[in-house]
Formats: sequence, C-alpha cells, structure tokens
Amino acid sequence: MGSNMAEAHPVGFQWVMEARERGADVIHVDPRFSRTSAMATRYVRTRAGTDVAFLGGIIRYILEHGREFREYVLNYTNAPVVIDEGYQDTEDLDGLFSGWDRKRGSYDTSTWQYAGMEVHASAGQRELGANQGEGAGHGGHGAGLSHGEPPEVDLTLEHPRCVYQILKRHYARYTPELVEEVCGVPREAFVEVAEALCQNSGRERTSSIVYSVGWTQHTTGVQYIRSAAIIQLLLGNVGRPGGGIMALRGHSSIQGSTDIPTLYNILPGYIPMPHAHAHDNLGQFVEMNTSPSGFWGNMTAYTVSLLKAWWGSRATPENDFCFDYLPRITGDHSIYPTVMGMLDGSVKGFLVVGQNPAVGSANSGLHRRAMANLDWLVVRDFVETESAAFWYDSPEVESGELDPAAIGTEVFFLPAAAHTEKDGSFTNTQRLLQWHHKAVEPKGDCRSDLWFYYHLGRLIREKLADSEEERDRPVKELSWHYPTAGEIADPNAEAVLREINGWDANDDALSSYLDLKDDGSTACGCWIYCGCFADETNQPARRTPASEQSWVAPEWAWAWPANRRILYNRASADPEGKPWSERKRYVWWDEGEGRWTGEDVPDFQPDKRPDYRPPDGAKAQDAIAGNHPFIMQPDGRGWLFVPAGIVDGPLPTHYEPDESPHTNPLYAQEANPARQRFRRPLNERNPRGDRYPYVFTTYRLTEHHTAGGMSRFVPYLSELQPAMFCEVSPELARERGLAHGGWATVVTARAEIEARVVVTERMAPVAIEGDVVHQIGLPYHWGSRGLTTGDSANDLLEAVLDPNVHIQESKVATCDIRPGRRSRGSGRAVPR
Amino acid sequence: MSARTEAWPDTYGAEARPRMGFFTDTSVCIGCKACEVACKEWNLVPEDGLVWSGESFDNTSALGANSWRHVAFVEQTTPLRVDGDGADGEGEEPFRWLMSSDVCKHCTESACLNVCPTGAIFRTELGTVVVQEDVCNGCGYCVPACPFGVLDRRELPAPDRGGRADGRVWKCTLCYDRTREGMTPACAQACPTESIQYGPLDELRERAAGRLDKVVADGFAGARLYGDDPGDGVGGFGAFFLLLDEPETYGLPPQPRDSTRDLGGMWRTAAVAGAALLAGLGAAFLAGRDGAGS
Repeated sequence: MGSNMAEAHPVGFQWVMEARERGADVIHVDPRFSRTSAMATRYVRTRAGTDVAFLGGIIRYILEHGREFREYVLNYTNAPVVIDEGYQDTEDLDGLFSGWDRKRGSYDTSTWQYAGMEVHASAGQRELGANQGEGAGHGGHGAGLSHGEPPEVDLTLEHPRCVYQILKRHYARYTPELVEEVCGVPREAFVEVAEALCQNSGRERTSSIVYSVGWTQHTTGVQYIRSAAIIQLLLGNVGRPGGGIMALRGHSSIQGSTDIPTLYNILPGYIPMPHAHAHDNLGQFVEMNTSPSGFWGNMTAYTVSLLKAWWGSRATPENDFCFDYLPRITGDHSIYPTVMGMLDGSVKGFLVVGQNPAVGSANSGLHRRAMANLDWLVVRDFVETESAAFWYDSPEVESGELDPAAIGTEVFFLPAAAHTEKDGSFTNTQRLLQWHHKAVEPKGDCRSDLWFYYHLGRLIREKLADSEEERDRPVKELSWHYPTAGEIADPNAEAVLREINGWDANDDALSSYLDLKDDGSTACGCWIYCGCFADETNQPARRTPASEQSWVAPEWAWAWPANRRILYNRASADPEGKPWSERKRYVWWDEGEGRWTGEDVPDFQPDKRPDYRPPDGAKAQDAIAGNHPFIMQPDGRGWLFVPAGIVDGPLPTHYEPDESPHTNPLYAQEANPARQRFRRPLNERNPRGDRYPYVFTTYRLTEHHTAGGMSRFVPYLSELQPAMFCEVSPELARERGLAHGGWATVVTARAEIEARVVVTERMAPVAIEGDVVHQIGLPYHWGSRGLTTGDSANDLLEAVLDPNVHIQESKVATCDIRPGRRSRGSGRAVPR
Repeated sequence: MSARTEAWPDTYGAEARPRMGFFTDTSVCIGCKACEVACKEWNLVPEDGLVWSGESFDNTSALGANSWRHVAFVEQTTPLRVDGDGADGEGEEPFRWLMSSDVCKHCTESACLNVCPTGAIFRTELGTVVVQEDVCNGCGYCVPACPFGVLDRRELPAPDRGGRADGRVWKCTLCYDRTREGMTPACAQACPTESIQYGPLDELRERAAGRLDKVVADGFAGARLYGDDPGDGVGGFGAFFLLLDEPETYGLPPQPRDSTRDLGGMWRTAAVAGAALLAGLGAAFLAGRDGAGS
C-alpha cells in the first residue's frame, strides 16, 4: 500500500516476483492501477487519502474476530499497559484526543502517558520534549519501571484503560461497512484482504507490509505507518523472517541521508539536535532527551563519541566535550518554513545539493518565487536544473510575472560528479551500506559532494585562521584532516567511513556500539554505523555471492546496526526463547551456551536470559526484561499506543485530507487538527464544493526520476516517456469532454498546468457516501528544462504538512480539469 | 530451404557452438524497459525520437533501426487469472495490463538473410542472425522480407558520412560481441525479473515448456508459447516467447513465414506464366499471319 514498488523499485521488485512465483499472495491497494497492480495477485482500488480507515478496518477485524497472535501481543507489545486516567479518545471528543489546545494548535500529550509513569519517546519528536514543559524531562519521570514493567499492567487485558481495550474502543466503528463508505472499497473485497492477512500470520506464517511515499506524503502520514505497526504487532509479524514493515526509500541513499542526517532536527544516529535555551549542558541534554531504560540509555556514550569524532582532542571532559559548539535549533527549520522565510526576506542564502525544489517540492511555484527573493543561491547538480535556471527559465518568467533583470539572486552553479566518478557508499531501504568504487575521473570541473564540503570547510577555516571571535571557534577547532589524493585533491572516502565507524583510545577501529564510552576515550561519527569498519576492513565493500553463504547473506555489504539484518529479531522466539515454529526459526536462546544464537546477529544482549527480570533502578539495556524484544523502547515493548513522541495522536484516526470533496463520516473534526499549514497568498487551500470537484494524486514513473534532473536530460530515458500526461477514467473523460491524446488543463487555487490526456480503464471512479469520486493521476517529473519538458504537477499543490516530520501532502488534493491547453503569457491565469 | 541456412552449423566446422537464443517470459515482465535502455547503452543505438504516442506506456511503438528491444503494453478488460481473482477491483470490470519485451526473432529460416544480396546479413557461430554494418549497402531488400517488420533502415545522419543519412539496416545482434566472449546479452543482464533469459536454445525450449505448465496451473488466462515450434513458418525462432494472449494482441503475426520458402514455387509459377505468355504470343502470331492487313 502507498507504494508502486514495481515502477519505483523495479530491481528490488524482483524479490516480490520471486515470492509470487512461490505462491505468495501479493496484494496491492491503491487509487491507481499501476504496473505494481498488474503484477499483483489481488488489486483493490481505494480513494486517495483514506488508508488509515482501511487499515483501521483491518485492526478492528483482527480484534473482533480474535485473530491477534495473543502470546506475542501479551508479552511483546504494550497491550496490557494501563494508560493515564485523564486520557480521552477521539470516540469521546468527536475526533480529538485529550489535551488539544486550540490556541496553540497542538496537543498537550501528558494525558496520553502510562498510568503512574512518564516514558520518553525512543523516536519521533524527542527534541520537543525540551519545549513541552509539561513535565517531560527536568528529571520528572515519575516512577521508573518495576521489575522491568510499567507500574500498571493488566495481563488479562480487561482493564478498561489498558491499551488493548482502548484500541478496541477506538476502532469499534471501523467496520467493513465504514471502509466501504470512506474508501470506496466494496466490503467483500476488504474482508478478503483482512482475512488473507490474518490467515498468513501466526506461528507458522508471516506477512510483510511494504509502503513508500504513498503513505508518508499525507498530513496524517505518520499515522498511516503507525496503523501498519499496530497491525503487524497484533499479528506478531515484527522481528520475524518474512514479516515486518518495509519502508521503500525513494533514493539509492536516502536512508543514509537520515542516518548521517541532512535533516535539521537530528544528529547522526538519530540523536536529537539540541535546542537553544533548553539544553545548557550535555548532562541536561541527555536527561531530557532519553530514557533511563532501553538502549537509548547509552545516549551519553553515543553523543560524546560523536563530539570526539568532530572536535577530536579539543573535546575534553572539562569543556563538556565541546557540546557547546553544536548548533542549536529554535523551532522548525524544515524546508517549508525555510522557504516561507525566503519569501519574507529572513533567509538570504540557499545551498541546493542534488535536489530540485523548483519541480519537486509541493507548491513548486512558491519555491521558485522564493528563490527569486534570495541574495544568493548555490546549486550543485549534474545539469542546470529548473532550480538553477529559475531566474531565466520558469513559468513565472514565461508569463512575465518575474523579470530576469529584476531578480537580484546571485546564482552559482557547481557541476557535480556522478556516483561512478567517486568512492562512497549508499545506505538503502534495508539499512544496508553498500560501497561503490570510483570507475572514472570526473570530467572538467565536476566534483563530488565530499570534495565540495571538505574543501569548503578548508577554505572557510583558512579565512577564519586569524579570527579571535568566540563564535568562530567551533569551525576552527573541528577535526578536519582527511587524506586527499590526485590532481583534484579528492578526500579519501574510506577515511571518512572509518571515522564514522570510530576508534578507541589506541586508534583501533571499533567493532560495536557496545564499546562506545562516555569518557571521551572513543570517537564515533555515527553510533548505529559502528562496526562498519571493524577489523580495519571496509565491511560495506564485501561482495560475497549468495551461493557462498547462508540465506541471510551477512557477508554481502554491511547492515546497521551491528550487521543485523532483521531488527528486533528476539521477537522471532517465544518468551522462553524457543522459535515460534521450526518453519519460522530465526534467532533463539541456547541454554547450553547461555547465549542467544541463530541465523542473524541477535538483537538482544547476547547473554541475557529469557527469564531475566531487571531489578528496580536498573539502567539502560539492563532495565529491559528477557522477554521484551523492543530494546530501544523504554519498556522493551512494541508500542500499539504511543504515549510520547508523536504530536497528533497516540492512535491513528481517520481524518480527511486537507483538501477533500467529502466530509469525515466518523467525526466532526474533518482533517488532522495538528497538520502544519502556511496560510498566506499563493498557498491558499481549495475551497470545498463544485469549483474543485475532483481528486488528484501525484506519483512517479519507472522511466523518470523524481524531479527529473537525472532523467529528463538523458535521451534514452526521455524518449521512454517524452511528455507530461494526466490519466483519467473514461467516465471522467466523458463528463469533462476530454479526448485521449488531446490536451487537458488541471486547475487548483495555486496554479493551472497542462498535460496530454490518457484515457484509461486503469483509472476508475470510486463510490463514496452515495456519490462518485473521480480521481486524476499526475506524474510529477516534468519541468521547463531538458530534452522532454512540460508543466510541473507540484505547482498545483498547497504546501501543507504532516506535523511530526514536516512532509508535504502530495498524494491527494482536489482540482478541476478541462479540455485544452492552459493560458499563456500575460494572459496566464495567476493564482488567487 | 535456402542454401545458406542449410549450411549452418556445418559451415563453421570446429568453430560451431551450441545454438544460443532468448526465451522472453512475458508473465514476469514488469514493464520497466531496462532492456531497452541497456541495449541502447551497450550498442550505442541512437535515441529514436521524443514522440509521445499515447499507446498506454509504450512510446517506442515498434522495433526499428533505432529500437532493438521494444516493450509493448496492452490494457485489456480481461481478468489476469482464469478464476477472475486478481488484477481487478471487486465490483469493477476485470482488468489486466500485459507487458512484453519484443526483439528480433533470429529465425531458423531467416528471410532477411536469404534475400540479402551483399552477404551483409549472416549467421554467426552461435546461430544468431547479424547485419554487418560495414558490408550493408542499404538496399533495403531485407525490410519487406521480414515477417515481423524488425528490419529498418536508419535515416539519421551517420558520423562517417559527412552528415548524410546512414541508410543502412540495423537490428538486434543478440549482443554478438558479448556472447562470443561467453557473456550475457545486455538486455538479459539488465532484466530484473529474468523475463529475458539467455542460454542454449534447446535448454530454453525445455525450460519454457515446464514454465508454461506452471503458468497455466497458476491460472494465467491465455498463456502460450510463441515461436518454440521448429515446424512453424520460419523453422522456429531463436528468440521465442511465453505470451498471455494471442500474438495479434501484442502486434505479432500469428503465422510468420519465411517468404523465400516460396522462391522455388515462384520461379516455377513465373516459368509457367512466361511459357503461357510465349504460347499466347505464338498463337496470336500464327493466327494473325493470314488475316487482316494483307
């Protein structure tokens, strides 16, 4: 669901085909019939933006029919945990959870907490723990775990406020009839899917859920994934072979770009970024951002080792290991608020590296106009993309709205080297680090990103060499010495990998994050990558063929953490440590050896007995019991209900998208109350009603790559899909007079774009609440430059985001469509 | 049968190798077009025009001088499996989207080779059919001879002809430069689902027969092999297919035939016609001798 894996990940999809050939049921639920649907054993059409209702229907089905994997749920999830008595559900408050602050537009989440104990999030909005001020942090944890369990737990699952009962009440109305009403999925088809999933789960069988940006790019994106997490935990599919939830990352290394982050709010290894005025020292930072129990209990060691990697010998216990040198955030610095800052004049400069926001971002026209307001812009890419050329080649210049002579932005275009022209690694969707070797020297002035940042840093440090300013010390004192080679002085990528891996006091490469210390004797650029250079060997460069190793293939490349291939794999064994079945054995407790063992690196302390129950006051991983596999969580349990870390609800709830032709049949609250909007001219929401009666969704094609920089300039790819098009059903074509092969113009409050018309039965209307909803498909690859040019679908979108991760809702919005080409020149319809 | 195809593999003597070919199993084609791109990259085939066809997701449209692999897309309101389950939304019309990578068939009896007057088209030691671009004079005789319409003259300017049109015929070489070194052709190498399989032809035929059984047992409606039969009009294909519908659905001829099979008969017919013409003329001459005009 939320994925077109065959088109976006054709190479990875071969494994799905292999599974299908072996008899696996491949179910594709999607608004469009795509190349993935063509390969599926079962395709179900659904309304864009309603997956939470569909998945909620599955959750209810599981609970109603008692299909959950009871022993797994009882021991491995927080189903038995009792929640704070102040908690109120969306069923109680007509679509809101307790704690909604209308003025602030956000939730006070304290009533979502466990009864009698405050747990910290292990993921999500941890840094905001600093700003919430309702007792999160400041040492106010309440009681700790008692013998490894939260204070109030009901193993009979009958307590009215235990998670299990809350779950049942919350999803009681998500019946097959409701799924039909909201999603347009006939109830029999829905029940078949739910039943197939249930039948293929349990001791003997596991099912896997695969998703991509069809789930994340919604104002409730995080709740989509949470819904899958609940299903997979209830069915006992997490941490087991053939199970799990696989997020297909959309770039070869975008997993790496969050691990070693290019995100404003996290440091390497998902350590939160410190907040100004909130984290005065390292100790406070750690205390406010971590949990005393679970593996995040070692955050000090991870953070100190990172600081040692960055400031080397300058980082000492006396100066808090240069913790003060880390930049501080003061709020939300993600791309959309930053672009608003450009429009408002508070952001003056922009480095755009291997990205093309002029085409790829939601409300891409707003981004182009924002760049016209900058003082300077640097673009690094293979080709002069729309983002580099916006100042002379864009719809705004074409229409006359912007005049190149009047645009004051100084634009620098720096050509980039391709992956074949440099050493480096990719981290893919399976957390696999794979090394690639330079095959040829880059041509002309093309340089790798590593070269760029290293030499940029070097030049900046040279300029600051004589500075006495306090604020320049963090840059001056960075440990910034990497060996370089060749005429262009290319930094040695392996040396960087080794630093990411880290070393001990003797400068020997570390083997494991368990060896990281909080006393400054270890350095490590990213704790989850520790071990990738163990034994002074580039582990990601290993290429042992499948035929020469076990089916888990641990000797192909290297997976984080610790080369573990399936996370939480202790869950593949029962509470006593025996595999749930022979067929699904993966990791188990060997009583004779006194260790966990199996097909993979066990995701558990190797010698922790299944019957270990922690003493009160135990710390970090020692606070986790031997029968709780989810070791990153403070209670070691998988969270069905999320008491902390998610800002818009502890449980997923169906909300309509920001723009929708329909009202929410479940609650008075229409859309996600916490979604992030930017109410300003040029970013207005479509009004409800007949003006914009249709739904559209944006997506990728196999032939092109995202915003087109890597495909629309390449002849062999451009000729495969040489024109921007829209996909409509025959019914919609008749209704609006659209001819196959002709032109159509799609209109929203933000923009109008034109596209060639494809009339196809792959698109079909869905029946919602007695009405017919037409959905229009728009690939988003096109822009004004390259061999194949066209209008950008993302010009149509409003910038409106999921509040947890600030991702835009680009998978569903409303529009109108009419035959013919759009207006041009000064007659061009300007958005209102 | 023509003398040329009869002679292979004997003409190669000790150099003769097992006959190699393609089995393209379209039941696992995901329509990614990696085959089209890999072929072009390896063989430096030019871009074939940025023309949007509107034919489903197929903008290549046909094989030609500048497209040696062509992925066809066919949308049908037919269920993918015979029990109607799958590839359709419940309550919707049944629907399936067939995808298939087309290529030169490297026929056993290859009409193009038979009619080529210069000997540019020849059969390699691997049994594949290749056009030698340094011999081809662009006469174009092979173009209508091919029952599949694979052959085509390249109109683009040739680099070594001062901007004049190339004019020669170009087609799939079954990556002769790779295969004679024991490597896999580019398209087969790139195909992520092993829809395109390369290997000894007799092995492929055996494998395909087994595969067809499985595909039919899995309920795929309309599955059949195309080009696997040595008794067909071209003596069987060197690159054959598993299709999920009639060949016509994919734009392929149902009964392809090497037209040069009829050459003997054509000469005989021509001889009879010629003799009849002479006889007629003779009769007319004899009849006219004591008639009008004296």
